[in-house]
Amino acid sequence: MDYKVAYKMPRSLSGKQFTYCPGCHHGIVHRLIAETIDELDLREKTIIVAPVGCSVFAYEFFDIDGTVAPHGRAPAVATGMKRARPDLTIFTYQGDGDLAAIGTAEMIHAANRGELITTIFINNAIYGMTGGQMAPTTLLGMKTTTSPYGRKAEKEGYPVHVCEIIKELQGVAFLARTKVTTPRDVMTTKKYIKKAFQAQLKGLGYSLVEVLSTCPTNWGLSPEKAIKWLEENMTKEFPLGVYVDKVGDAK
Amino acid sequence: MNKIMMKGTEAIGEAAIRAGCRLYFGYPITPQSELTEYMARRLPQVEGTFLQAESEVAAVNMIYGASSVGKRVMTSTSSPGFSLMQEGVSYIACAQLPSVFVNVVRGGPGLGDIQPSQGDYFQATKGGGHGDYKLLVLSPSTVQEAADLTGVAFELADKYRNPVLIFADGLLGQMMEPVSFSDKKVSYDNSSWALIGAKNRPARQVTSFNIDPYGLEKMNLELQKKYKLMEENEIRYETTLTEDADILIVAHGTMGRIAKSVVEMARKDGLKVGLFRPITLYPFPYEALRKSAADVSLVLTVEMSSGQMLEDVRLAIAERTRVEFYGRMAGVVPMPLEIYEVLKQKIGRRS
Amino acid sequence: MKNAYIEIDKERCKACGLCISACPQGIIRFSSEFNSKGYHPAEPNDPEAKCTGCGFCYMMCPDVCITVYRAVKV
Repeated sequence: MDYKVAYKMPRSLSGKQFTYCPGCHHGIVHRLIAETIDELDLREKTIIVAPVGCSVFAYEFFDIDGTVAPHGRAPAVATGMKRARPDLTIFTYQGDGDLAAIGTAEMIHAANRGELITTIFINNAIYGMTGGQMAPTTLLGMKTTTSPYGRKAEKEGYPVHVCEIIKELQGVAFLARTKVTTPRDVMTTKKYIKKAFQAQLKGLGYSLVEVLSTCPTNWGLSPEKAIKWLEENMTKEFPLGVYVDKVGDAK
Repeated sequence: MNKIMMKGTEAIGEAAIRAGCRLYFGYPITPQSELTEYMARRLPQVEGTFLQAESEVAAVNMIYGASSVGKRVMTSTSSPGFSLMQEGVSYIACAQLPSVFVNVVRGGPGLGDIQPSQGDYFQATKGGGHGDYKLLVLSPSTVQEAADLTGVAFELADKYRNPVLIFADGLLGQMMEPVSFSDKKVSYDNSSWALIGAKNRPARQVTSFNIDPYGLEKMNLELQKKYKLMEENEIRYETTLTEDADILIVAHGTMGRIAKSVVEMARKDGLKVGLFRPITLYPFPYEALRKSAADVSLVLTVEMSSGQMLEDVRLAIAERTRVEFYGRMAGVVPMPLEIYEVLKQKIGRRS
Repeated sequence: MKNAYIEIDKERCKACGLCISACPQGIIRFSSEFNSKGYHPAEPNDPEAKCTGCGFCYMMCPDVCITVYRAVKV
């Protein structure tokens, strides 16, 4: 009997081994982005703007041109690229500290300008690279190395809801929050990422996909238990779904 | 060539466009907003892109982005704004991205004031941001020179893949003078390194990052090699009546221009005073200054600061000759007569 | 005759186990051997040829270690 490959490493990944911890969801999202780039035939004209954080090496994991922005500034770097070369496809890949703390201004204004760039936003409610400090999206009560007694609203404020904040900005063309904890979620996330790139290709405006992700290492949980914790806690705080969709469902 | 009356800031903008710059990202700040406004008006007329950023922090990163895809790009700002840009400037220097910055320096520190100053000399020439890097720094003293050096800045930026800073001040920015522009056809090609898509070649990275210390050291050594080349090839300065001078004034930019009047006054009185005006602040013309000062008995450095270039002058002179200093800070511009009086005092003190 | 089968790149695998819990047929397990990273990598264990080629393991694998093959129906 003959066999055919049904699923394999996408062309747009470089094949370099990811530097992420076991069970970290970064890798799943990287693969979905690469599959999308392959399916839209964009590999030869896509540029990645990697952030500062665990995914600082992201530009090495894709077989496409790329750079690393200063912490939080990826949307500004991407803006410069896109304005200079509108024919290129530009995406930023950012974590919660990068995008929702130090880079809040750059993200919000890129969104508001309807900048023709795509942002993939990984929200795992913690700073991974620096060793488990509080993030803007850390849940109330959640213990981190800089909120060792648990995050308190009176002291550190509330978790920042990025989708809810930017959904009112008229420059936003596609906006969704998702997760990758089950195969079904993975398929949904893939659909969103594809739509986000299409929003850029069609010139509709800024697109952002927020992916709730696990950080087993800094949460102190096994990959399996981390998924359970995400399902039980993060999805309550951060409702999933499509917040803005100007792309539509036509192929 | 036709001459037209223009403000210094606008002349820099027009010269940038003539140099092939079609992208400007910036944020308004006095006393350079006329340049931002000029680009907002002018760039759409040449199918260029002007974008007002949400901050200087964003602007410098837009420069990073536009340059990394291979396009000529510039921004302009004034002192507090350039401080905000330093993070990005350091990244740009390390990633070796050609780009042109204009700092129309104003009185500081802090919010300071909006009057002309040279108080950002250290920031411009000794780093400014973090790490071992250098900007090419050009200091014009007239509107025409500002226009000419803007063209030079874009050429040098591409030649060395390095950020170039035009160090101006509010006086030069606001002053109107006749200026003519080069009509030279411009062409440049950065496709050998720019991020333009991994087509028919391996994927390419332009970053300021290497987690391996030996790798990062290698990147640093490459930068240092480049800086050495700049020091060998790009030094610019102007001398006025230095051949027979017994006293040498050293001043750059607007102060260089004012010092010229001092030289004229002194010569009328029979005093043999000459002027050495550094045009590149980095690389600083140490050797040329040393030669110009070889036979003088007094060197007077004049700045609109507490004495920042003074340190480079002292390095050049290396205690062979007496070096004196006069400066005003905070946006106060020393006038020719005032400097002349100081000069005569210093001469008197020696005898 | 197998309808489908998977291959796992043992050297890439970090033994997170997400493929094991995603597999509806329960045909993936941890190997008793170590890879060069020091993990017990996941390995297929499908003596009864239960793999359907659904791709769930591939979808959940954060390290892109898995290739899924399906039989070509003639």
